[in-house]
Amino acid sequence: MAGLNLSRRLFRNGCATILLYLLMASVALLLAGITAFLIRNGWSVLSWEFLTQPPRDAMTRGGIYTPLIGSIQLIAVAMAFAFPVGVLTAVYLVEWARDGLFTRTLRLAVRSLAGVPSVVFGLFGLSFFVITLGFGASLLSAGLTLGCLALPVIVGASEAALTAVPKDYRDASYAMGATKWQTIYKVILPAAFPSILTGAILAVGRVAGETAPIIFTGAAFFTPRIAQSLLEPVMALPYHILVLATAGTAIDKTRPIQYGTILVLLALVLGVTFAGVLYRARLRLKKQ
Amino acid sequence: MKDRSALKADRLPKALIALVATSGLAVMLFILWFLLRESLPVLKATTLGALMGGSYWYPTADPARFGMFPLIAGSLGVTLLASVIALPLSLGLAVFLSEICPRRLRELFKPLLEILGFFPSVVLGFLGMIVLAPWLQERFSLLTGLNLLNASLLMGIMILPIVASLAEDALAAVPRDLRDASYAMGATRLETTERVVIPAALPGILQASLLGVMRAIGETMVVLMAAGGAAVVPRSIMDPVRPLTSTIAAEMGETPVGSDHYHALFFAGLLLLAMTLSINLCALWIEKRGRRWRA
Repeated sequence: MAGLNLSRRLFRNGCATILLYLLMASVALLLAGITAFLIRNGWSVLSWEFLTQPPRDAMTRGGIYTPLIGSIQLIAVAMAFAFPVGVLTAVYLVEWARDGLFTRTLRLAVRSLAGVPSVVFGLFGLSFFVITLGFGASLLSAGLTLGCLALPVIVGASEAALTAVPKDYRDASYAMGATKWQTIYKVILPAAFPSILTGAILAVGRVAGETAPIIFTGAAFFTPRIAQSLLEPVMALPYHILVLATAGTAIDKTRPIQYGTILVLLALVLGVTFAGVLYRARLRLKKQ
Repeated sequence: MKDRSALKADRLPKALIALVATSGLAVMLFILWFLLRESLPVLKATTLGALMGGSYWYPTADPARFGMFPLIAGSLGVTLLASVIALPLSLGLAVFLSEICPRRLRELFKPLLEILGFFPSVVLGFLGMIVLAPWLQERFSLLTGLNLLNASLLMGIMILPIVASLAEDALAAVPRDLRDASYAMGATRLETTERVVIPAALPGILQASLLGVMRAIGETMVVLMAAGGAAVVPRSIMDPVRPLTSTIAAEMGETPVGSDHYHALFFAGLLLLAMTLSINLCALWIEKRGRRWRA
């Protein structure tokens, strides 16, 4: 610093500040531009009918009822698997696990799972759920594949939530003569539940927008009706966008439907995520 | 007596929960096992050297050729360019949010970044096809706007909020005292950031960057829709590419189960898994080192 005089140092400092303000502004502008572009192009097709009518005429007309319900079904199956398994895994890691080989391997495995590319989850789902277990390309296979993808998210959030429960709660429960399981079940889980729920909400946001894991495990190009059982394939919003934009019979003709589907998917994913982030912020505020 | 029965009743939930907890481990092991089982048979049809080093990917020709070098080059090319574009910007954004941004604005932007990390990549891929590709094609008079640059730009947009948010966490975790000490020595904010805050947060920043790179290598939809899909080694950033992820997504649907092509695609998945796992382990190692270094 000795070589530079003060005014030059202050000048550099000012330049950096301005540069970073410009960076932030341009990122915000880009974001606003993308949002405005999508809304401008998709707004006109949005209507109650668009949400409640199935696609018609080789998907060139009608709404997105089938893929919308399909997406919700996929989320339900994925969470039905990932939520209980994820929370119990976290309970084990926080409450019982000693620092042994098994625990360390388990932690490493969950951590590695978080980094597995989504298309690799798809390959796994294809060979395990679809072929080996014989579920076929179905709601069940695709949902479970998405559940595996959501698992590390839920474990991570639940672990943090359980660790944050004050030690006093445990001590008080033990002092009353409760066993470890009674303490976990009646004291720790209820105390940690709101934070665990936040993690689950964020996991839903992650799962809802995924396309690659479901392409060959159960997402259908087109189905005439809502899946009635777990073993039927389903349409899903993200895959519907891919299909209409790249493989449809009339790519240009369905452009408005594509924009409309994108808006609905974005509303679903970002809306759920927004709710999760907001809920967490309120929890933190309450704690202070 | 009652106490003892309660203690006994405690054993069942513990055993059950331990069993359920094992499934996280089981899923990871199953992924490894199934990828190995489904990919290794490809070595009967070709050699490892020809598979990784061969430059011709003609999986449906007769005789089929499974040279994955162009696919690997495509994956690495897009990831590299996306990182070069997005990582410096992410760091700048993180510094802005943590060091400069007024508190009010920060409380708005931080959650926004986090929410953007969930942006569905299929929508980004769509924007690449509809907006970016025609623009690139016209602006640079190319044959196609679906190319390495297009995919990298979108991928950059995708990892920007993820990396920025995590890097900001690392910067914000640097104790105030360090900054105060630097200011007390007469350093400007830029000097404090450059020489005190960023070095102190370096493990976290590195980890955030690695996570971004990992996401980029494994990303499928963006490259499937916007990278062009030509299985050739790119000579310029305007060449179309076909990364490993999009090859799997595009071809798995039409491949007979158990064929050489099927096994070759699983091998591509195995390569992806090996890359992301090693990056993940790297990040874990930095985290451990960082913790020890701070203590």
